Amino acid sequence: METLERYEPLVAEFDAFREACRRPLPSVVRVNTVKATPDRAKRALDEEGVGWTDREWSDTVLELDTDSPGSTWASFHGWINGQEEVSAIPAEVLAPEPGERVWDACAAPGSKTTQLAALMDDEGLVVANDNNLGRLSALRFNTERLGITNTVVTNQDARNFSLKPFDFREFDRTLVDVPCSCEGTVRKNPTTLDDWSLDHIRSVAGVQKGILRRAIQATKPGGTVVYSTCTFAPEENEAVLDHALSEEDCRLVEFDFPLDSRPGVTEWDGEEYDESVRKAKRFYPHHNDTGGFFCAKLEVGE
Amino acid sequence: MSDETPKKTNDGQRFDRLPETADDREVEGRATREEVVEWWDRRFGVPPETFEGYSFWEKGKGKIWILRGEVTSPIRVEALGLTFLRTRQEHWKPTTNAVQRFGREASRNVLELTREQARQFVRGETQAIEWDGDWGYLVVAHELAGDLAPLGVGLYVHDELRSPVPKGRQREL
Repeated sequence: METLERYEPLVAEFDAFREACRRPLPSVVRVNTVKATPDRAKRALDEEGVGWTDREWSDTVLELDTDSPGSTWASFHGWINGQEEVSAIPAEVLAPEPGERVWDACAAPGSKTTQLAALMDDEGLVVANDNNLGRLSALRFNTERLGITNTVVTNQDARNFSLKPFDFREFDRTLVDVPCSCEGTVRKNPTTLDDWSLDHIRSVAGVQKGILRRAIQATKPGGTVVYSTCTFAPEENEAVLDHALSEEDCRLVEFDFPLDSRPGVTEWDGEEYDESVRKAKRFYPHHNDTGGFFCAKLEVGE
Repeated sequence: MSDETPKKTNDGQRFDRLPETADDREVEGRATREEVVEWWDRRFGVPPETFEGYSFWEKGKGKIWILRGEVTSPIRVEALGLTFLRTRQEHWKPTTNAVQRFGREASRNVLELTREQARQFVRGETQAIEWDGDWGYLVVAHELAGDLAPLGVGLYVHDELRSPVPKGRQREL
């Protein structure tokens, strides 16, 4: 937990932040609208005596009063899927439309992939890629259980992803939910900070830059790329955006999101970032009683 | 016969789109789209128009996958949509996940279970059950949240219902 002390200069109400990071997370699921309406999923939970609470900002995100949402009929039928509240943010920000071509560059284990498919009414194409074959089997299990049919799964290094298997050359939208130091998941997994090191952050940031650049290249002019992490480290967030802004033809765009957030930071550890990274959003655990998250929306140059 | 064109065979490492009809078939033993759609209609009464806008693919011998929309054929990727149906055997077998997704449209060979029977079924257990209909693969369902909800495919033979729910999908409910 001492690791997080480095963020004291960034976080007002730092004590509240530290306290929130020590509390366990609420149990949250997303209703899979490919297989059930929110009303039917709620009714199934009612019949089993599992309590639920709506989230104001979404029709499909529910908090449950059980620690094992997987042991419910609604889950067996693929009507609900365990997904942390902030993890549901980037697909909503990407906002894919039915019929579009969407790339999920780091897709496993698939909670965001299946959410993208549901937002598209399971129409169009989601290319769900991951470089880790083991994690791909978890992704496959989830797309199958949730009954998703518009998703193609690939196993490539996203940094030099090739569109060769396909008869199109660019995506309409891309989700770049990169591997990261996962500091923001400390409430779910308290040991996540045990292996923390600045060296790891520096090395994973290099990978993140490569993936984001490839994503911008593979998305059509005027198309949308959403970049997200579950970490607080500016090295993996604003610094990666700053790098993409200087190397690729793209810009950050403002977006609204109905959860409390703070803007991206323009200064960290002696570094300065492009002013526009303020358009990104930082979600802190003590603001919405969630994990920590970072999300930015980019538009590819025309 | 050196002057004979070699017969095309199934390549287990890639996905090939199913031919539309038997006349379009180039790979021996490959099911056609027409046969697949007719099978769901004949066996379960799932209307053929349910599958408009979907394409069907074979990867691995007899394993049929269903994809919303189209991609180029053949294609070498890890997965394409949803595993759907096992062909190239005497009795074609739909997958648990395909029945959960498309079994909602079924009107034939649907076996409705009580909640307790449904629990046994999702535990993967065989149970003695009375059923006057056909033997073979059935859509197994139960009443949930105001409507019948398909649990998966069941195999009914010799007055008992066997549960092919895959290990990873089994639950203690």
